[in-house]
Amino acid sequence: MSAPLLWIFLPLVLAGVLLLLNNPKVVFLSACLFTLFLTLAAWLLPIDTALTVGGWTFKLTPSIEILGRKLTLTSADRSFLALIYGSVFFWFIPAISLKITWPLIPLGLAITSLLVAALAVEPFLYAALIIEIAVLLSIPLLMSQRQKPMKGIIRFLIFQTLAVPFILFSGWLLAGIGANPGDLALVAQAAIFLGLGFAFLLAVFPFYSWIPMLVEEAHPYLAGFLLWILPTATIFFGLDFLDRYTWLRDISILPAALTTVGILMVLTGGILSAFQNNLGRIMGCAVIVETGFSLLALSLGRQISLHVFLLLLVPRTLCLGIWALTLSILKESAPGLNLQDIRKLGRAWPFAASGLILANLALAGMPILAGFPPRLAVWEGLATNSLPLALCVLVGSLGLFSSAVRSLAAFTSVPEGTKWGSRETLVQRLLLLAGLLSLFLLGLFPQWVLPLWNKLPAIFPNLPQ
Amino acid sequence: MVVVLNWITLLLTICTATGLLFSRDWRWSLGLLAVQYLCVFWMVQAHWPVSMASAKLVTGWMACGVLGIAQLNARGGKETKNTWQQGRLFSILAAGMILAATFALSLRGVDWIGLSLPVVWGGLVLVGLGLLHLAFTSDSFHVIIGLLTLLSGFEVLYAAIESSTLVTALLAVVNLGLALTGAYILNVVQEKAR
Repeated sequence: MSAPLLWIFLPLVLAGVLLLLNNPKVVFLSACLFTLFLTLAAWLLPIDTALTVGGWTFKLTPSIEILGRKLTLTSADRSFLALIYGSVFFWFIPAISLKITWPLIPLGLAITSLLVAALAVEPFLYAALIIEIAVLLSIPLLMSQRQKPMKGIIRFLIFQTLAVPFILFSGWLLAGIGANPGDLALVAQAAIFLGLGFAFLLAVFPFYSWIPMLVEEAHPYLAGFLLWILPTATIFFGLDFLDRYTWLRDISILPAALTTVGILMVLTGGILSAFQNNLGRIMGCAVIVETGFSLLALSLGRQISLHVFLLLLVPRTLCLGIWALTLSILKESAPGLNLQDIRKLGRAWPFAASGLILANLALAGMPILAGFPPRLAVWEGLATNSLPLALCVLVGSLGLFSSAVRSLAAFTSVPEGTKWGSRETLVQRLLLLAGLLSLFLLGLFPQWVLPLWNKLPAIFPNLPQ
Repeated sequence: MVVVLNWITLLLTICTATGLLFSRDWRWSLGLLAVQYLCVFWMVQAHWPVSMASAKLVTGWMACGVLGIAQLNARGGKETKNTWQQGRLFSILAAGMILAATFALSLRGVDWIGLSLPVVWGGLVLVGLGLLHLAFTSDSFHVIIGLLTLLSGFEVLYAAIESSTLVTALLAVVNLGLALTGAYILNVVQEKAR
């Protein structure tokens, strides 16, 4: 058996089968058990090493060949696989209580396996096409509410599709640089094509206008899932480029470019969030800020750079998951997600309201919450290089903080004597409690995720470890 | 003879891509798109085996078919926004500028990619007018047409530098996926209207 068969083709086949099933409980259970199995398999099973269990020997081969090209997953990729499928398992758990088993589970599983395939394909430039197929699959996911397609979804499709030609062309130029590394004009052209491709794919400044629109238009949980998995896979794809091409790592302006774009994203995303009146749009702005922080972490340019970026992953997954879950719960009962629509809901939906505020505060970098430790590392790294830049990032975080305060004010503006209650279901309450507890635990004990991110850098052996 | 045919194909490409900008009837739009894929096939077969190039033609026509069936199912004719009427002069000017800019670019692109001028210009025209199409419309059907136009222009240029079967297959999946996405969106609109 080959590793790509286990972590790419089996999930893809299961996604196809689950699309045909009508019973949400069967779909939910089979997908959750399967993703949990894939996570444990990634954690425990070595690749390309013979394993003997009770006299039966088997080996997971790392490659599979398709149409003359290879899909390869090595032992170094196991921690990435565990992270992705483990996170997807947690994203799937609330699906049944939100009644979104279809489309989240089958399409989500298919998108995940395609994104894993994107990181496994050789030559890896073809990943752009596989990511585009995942993007196309995400349109039915976003439009599952049968609403009229609106600007955000259409713009998302356009921008993601525009990335494909740029990245594929840059691949051709990169091959040329390999043959003639001294050609500076070619290096500049490749860098421009690659930069534009990633700008569209990662929705960096100024191509991020669709993100707040998307969260406002689509189901918040489905949008949250996509806004977690797509940027994560894209950044890993980008790191793969940096890992493979020495000349790209050696471009002198790369750290400055990453810092500038990162600062612009954190600053504009944070300031925009402070002026939003829709809770979905605020979450969209927080996603922009998060991408900005990832770029800033990678721009630090020292040995800690990759580690700080990886440290951001788990809190981001947790915060976005909780935020998207609370928005979905509120959307079911509130007339809308505008601040005036949620007034007086704080006492009727206390768990959802608390979850939303705390997830927002965590992504703003509030101490003792999960988002604080990695942000502290980014602030420290930036302040060492330039204090004004660190202040800009602080302003962006303050923008997110002020949006949390505005949401809190809206939730708590209730007349005197209004009784407390809890309209969330028991499952939703338990999920939110577990999530909130994790927010505090990861804030207080960030070292608990160390085993995960100690192994992750092995995927990129050429980057500073 | 081939050179003359290349120039005729270029002329046809310019006509179809510009026609798609102004077409308001979905039947005309899909007809123009189908002819455009024929031009793409001709431009690609200049440096690919005919069997491989015909994959582009078949995929393109399948995409047209999917969109056509979706349109028939959804509405059988669509109202046009006023902006198309009012902005027609601007559209003509913008298309003219794109043609001029792509011609200038293609003069340099001939050396860069190593293709003949009409093929490079044809590819760039499709990319440019596809982008213009996307800039002018927010209607989902026209957005899909714009994206397919843009991608087909890219495919003409990319075919000269990459002939991998896997890439051809993946690009075919992307083209068909775009058409299916367009069909899905059109049907969601229809269900909403009901």
